[in-house]
Amino acid sequence: MGQQNIIDIQVSELAAKVTAMKSEGQRLVQICCTKLPDKLELHYSFDKNYDFTSFRVTLADATVKVPSVSGIYLSAFIYENEIHDLFGIQVDGIAVDYKGKFYRTAKPRAFNPEQTPGGQA
Amino acid sequence: MGALSKSPWIIHYDGSSCNGCDIEVLAVLMPRFDVERFGVINTGNPKHADILLLTGSINEQNKSVVLNIYDQMPDPKVVLAVGICATSGGIFRECYNVMGGADKVLPVDVYVPGCAVRPEALIDGVVQAVGILEKKRAAQKAGKA
Amino acid sequence: MSGRTVIPFGPQHPVLPEPIHLDLVVEDEKVVEAIPSIGFIHRGLERLVEKKDFVDFTYVAERICGICSFIHGMTYCMAVEELLKLEIPERAKYLRVIWSELSRIHSHLLWMGLTADAFGFESLFMQSWQLREKILDIIEETTGGRVIFGSAKVGGVRRDISADKLQDILKKLRSYQNQFAEIGGVFLRDATVKHRMQGVGVLTSEQAQVLGAVGPTLRGSGIAADLRMTGYAAYGKLGFSPVVETAGDCYARCQVRIRELDQSVDLIEKAAAQMAEGPIEVKVAGTPTGDFFARTEQPRGEVIYYAKGNGTKFLQRMRVRTPTFANIPPLLTMLGGCQLADVPVIVLTIDPCISCAER
Repeated sequence: MGQQNIIDIQVSELAAKVTAMKSEGQRLVQICCTKLPDKLELHYSFDKNYDFTSFRVTLADATVKVPSVSGIYLSAFIYENEIHDLFGIQVDGIAVDYKGKFYRTAKPRAFNPEQTPGGQA
Repeated sequence: MGALSKSPWIIHYDGSSCNGCDIEVLAVLMPRFDVERFGVINTGNPKHADILLLTGSINEQNKSVVLNIYDQMPDPKVVLAVGICATSGGIFRECYNVMGGADKVLPVDVYVPGCAVRPEALIDGVVQAVGILEKKRAAQKAGKA
Repeated sequence: MSGRTVIPFGPQHPVLPEPIHLDLVVEDEKVVEAIPSIGFIHRGLERLVEKKDFVDFTYVAERICGICSFIHGMTYCMAVEELLKLEIPERAKYLRVIWSELSRIHSHLLWMGLTADAFGFESLFMQSWQLREKILDIIEETTGGRVIFGSAKVGGVRRDISADKLQDILKKLRSYQNQFAEIGGVFLRDATVKHRMQGVGVLTSEQAQVLGAVGPTLRGSGIAADLRMTGYAAYGKLGFSPVVETAGDCYARCQVRIRELDQSVDLIEKAAAQMAEGPIEVKVAGTPTGDFFARTEQPRGEVIYYAKGNGTKFLQRMRVRTPTFANIPPLLTMLGGCQLADVPVIVLTIDPCISCAER
């Protein structure tokens, strides 16, 4: 079975770490977001020869801006639009930015409805 | 039986199904179950269709698509809700993006439950739909006369 | 004339059993750009973990997709079993392999039929699906369901297959192999089929790697990556290597799937030969704690289940990254520069499963 590593990193390190992964020939597997009671977690996962590495970025809330990695891995744009539409994560500079129109959900930010004061949920 | 009941055309639309019912819908059109022996044919064009076969539940996004298909179909028409999701929302009814069964937006004539629907049940539903279609046609004719 | 026109493709389109919407930007007949928009069948089922406990959620996971239903259920169980530190019995692992491979055979036959339909070869469509019905019969005999198996559970599997039944299944599968070869031969040798697939929708191996393609889409572009090689369930003991083709076009992706039919039969044979009698499940104790990414190979490619538990009956987060979602960026690359008439065939060669992708 391939190894699985979860590494905690800071938002500021993200671009450099992801660029390093690309130059190693890692494949971007997925990006996902988890809503916890007091914070948000982002996972950026990579695979090379079945070894799995995931960078965990912790955000205090969705007002923290996250730089897009779609300039490094183009395919990141679908995941970044997803975390924006479902969790309200502010991603800066997505290569193909749907501006909230990627997932057509009945309620905005379905996984994180309390984000806006007054709540649209 | 009128001409319509011998050759009703079906249009299939997948609301937000898991695909299980959709592939069973296609499977009954195959030689093994061969729903075409009842004169039914599958069409992609709503204006050719008499029976609307819906799988999966209704959500905010596909509501307008489903209504648009229904409105384009000529009268008389019959709606068949296939699978438990189209019937009531099924296992997904508590999901935030699911409104519920097909009857939230359309008048459903025949409900065919099952997860996934059994081909035999689906054939039975189609045969019932053909009967209802014929009744509706007769009523329409009587109304005009 | 070089004006640009936008042609909407879907959500309701005769070639698509499922709704996806693409805006195709065309110059005359040539597609310049394809822009997808999704969400027609987004249900938001990942949030159901808040309402259904970790054992019950297996049923929801199976219903993410009616084609790879078993593998979805199994991968979810693998993620939860890891969080519970639960080791499942050996026999359950082999049974999981057998049902996974039966799923793969039926899914690939289904794909062959739909693709034949997309290029207008109606009788080949019917032939492929007729053969698929025979596989569904085996599935129905062993699980009771045709498309939703309901046989994966946290801690093992729900049903056993008797030794007699297993021999019977193997005999049937061997006799179907001739028919796989016959239908596969039509796909691979028929001039009209070749005309529609060779050199169409090319994805180079560099593009496939950078854009994160998975499954037959990746292997058709010359990269030998198959998550089964990580040896989950009993795959580690079966000894096999991924099927790879190098051309990267629709034809190569088709070749990969046709060769995988025989590979799956081989794997079922090996699993049946190695499988020893024994229990098929263990009792579930405790509650899931920690986080884990479970990864398996579906007929369409790598699927990822991320589960995070905090020691209660309800998971905090369950996330699914399905193969179709990962194959969207490569699909957009393949569509750039193709002819409008080739769009349905190219879309189908990634074997799209929209209900998976949108969850």
